[in-house]
Amino acid sequence: MSTMAARLEFRDVTKRFADPRAGAVVAVEGVSLNVSDGEVVSLIGPSGCGKSTLLNMGAGLDPPNSGEVLVDGERVGGPSRHVAFMLQKDLLLPWRTIVENVELGQEILGVPRRDRRRRALDLLAKCRLPDFIDHYPHQLSGGMRQRAALARTLAVDPSVLLMDEPFSALDAQTKMVLQQDLGRTLADTGKTALFITHDLVEAVALSDRILVMSPRPGRIIREIVVAIPDRDNPMKRRQHPNVGAYVVELMNLLQIEQAAA
Amino acid sequence: MILASALLFVGFLAAWQWMPALFGIPAFIIPSVGTVWDEFLRMLGHDRLVFHTAITAMQVGIGFILGVLLGIVCGFALGLSPSAEFVLSPYILALQIAPKVAFAPLFIIWFGYTVYPKILVCILIVFFPIMINVLGAVRALDPDIVRLARAFTASRVQVFWKIELPAAMPPLFAGLRIAATLAVIGVLVGELVGGNIGLGYLLAFGEGAGNTAMVFVTIILLTLIGIVLYGLVVLVEGRVLHYLPARARLAT
Ligand SMILES: Nc1ncnc2c1ncn2[C@@H]1O[C@H](COP(=O)(O)OP(=O)(O)OP(=O)(O)O)[C@@H](O)[C@H]1O
Ligand SMILES: [Mg+2]
Repeated sequence: MSTMAARLEFRDVTKRFADPRAGAVVAVEGVSLNVSDGEVVSLIGPSGCGKSTLLNMGAGLDPPNSGEVLVDGERVGGPSRHVAFMLQKDLLLPWRTIVENVELGQEILGVPRRDRRRRALDLLAKCRLPDFIDHYPHQLSGGMRQRAALARTLAVDPSVLLMDEPFSALDAQTKMVLQQDLGRTLADTGKTALFITHDLVEAVALSDRILVMSPRPGRIIREIVVAIPDRDNPMKRRQHPNVGAYVVELMNLLQIEQAAA
Repeated sequence: MILASALLFVGFLAAWQWMPALFGIPAFIIPSVGTVWDEFLRMLGHDRLVFHTAITAMQVGIGFILGVLLGIVCGFALGLSPSAEFVLSPYILALQIAPKVAFAPLFIIWFGYTVYPKILVCILIVFFPIMINVLGAVRALDPDIVRLARAFTASRVQVFWKIELPAAMPPLFAGLRIAATLAVIGVLVGELVGGNIGLGYLLAFGEGAGNTAMVFVTIILLTLIGIVLYGLVVLVEGRVLHYLPARARLAT
């Protein structure tokens, strides 16, 4: 397979939920998208348009009603060790120390204790948390906790990362620092990522491509290629003069001004 | 702090020794510390006090452990299976509301004047706070944590051992503290209703004989059994829940 082969692919995916009042809610309809190896793609769209639903299907937690999801060309039938996901909530387990939390995924996969500890410590050092390995989650700030969650996600060495608004609960400054960490890590490790966000600048700063979704039932209405250099350096990218133009384009697509009027 | 506690205790003993006499309260209402101590020594020699205390303590221990295990198992079973809870909840509720001590005579009819009815009442009374707390903990668990584990390809068994069980520990220990105080009550009621062994028997005997000091001795020993059990729970809790922030832990 060439390097441009799709790591993650959605083929004409539709997802409905049973709803006591409306009978059925169509969350997403006929969505096709693909993310190539090493590519970072952001998904943006109005609240409730089915972004999280897509991610859950990618993680194998929820099957689509029709269409199929493929990872490395193989149909996703359930959770896979090649896909890891990360949410807005850090979901660190309060009874585990930070390093034990980072080891969770490897532990589930049956990685030997010594190997997983080595990898966890390595990642915590990369995520700049080496002094907090033996602390419990409640002893860390929100930004540090989310960094530990990132380390936990990377620890299983997934080929595809699915992230659902991972930084949306953080303050603006911490957020920028974590975006920088993520941008660098994704570039260094060459990971493939599908990234959900409501933060338009974040989407521009981090991604190769942005997919814009319509209100529910969610479809992809536009694909925007972010032609700004330095994807490994979101901080620098933010300052690029073209960012404003992308943000305006996204605002128009999402009809944000109309909604405010 | 410790000094203040010790001083308070000495003050309490002194007040108990001399205050009743000062207010003209007769010894058959409130016997002095000295009298109670003498009675304690007499009971050690003549009433097989050690034997009766050991019997009661053993019943409390067995009833507590069995009731806790049963409560944990049922709490998880119902918590993890909403349909089972739906079907069984009216019965559980009825059994929870029913005064458990009322079952003591029934159990004695069934099992005679043995240790079994006492242990059974104890199990019944210990069971509920444990089951309810475990059930609540399972329900309160953030489903996203379970989804995260599943996304890491965790099996059902792994989700239980790595997520659901440890997540239930803080409420379980809150339940254990309550259960520890109830366990003694369960056994005592069984002993009071019938039989000729255990501290409950001595208590009823002392009452019949108008021996207030004997009643005091038994009450104190029953309390001590409860304190030991409660202390053990707190000890284990400290080890298991060591990760909780200090403010989330209780002083006693
Ligand atoms: N388990 C479910 N059962 C029923 N309906 C659901 C379920 N999950 C999602 N939905 C519905 O599907 C639609 C899409 O939800 P989803 O969470 O994917 O939206 P979203 O784009 O992630 O929104 P947000 O930006 O607010 O996170 C919503 O209308 C939601 O009510
Ligand atoms: Mg969402």
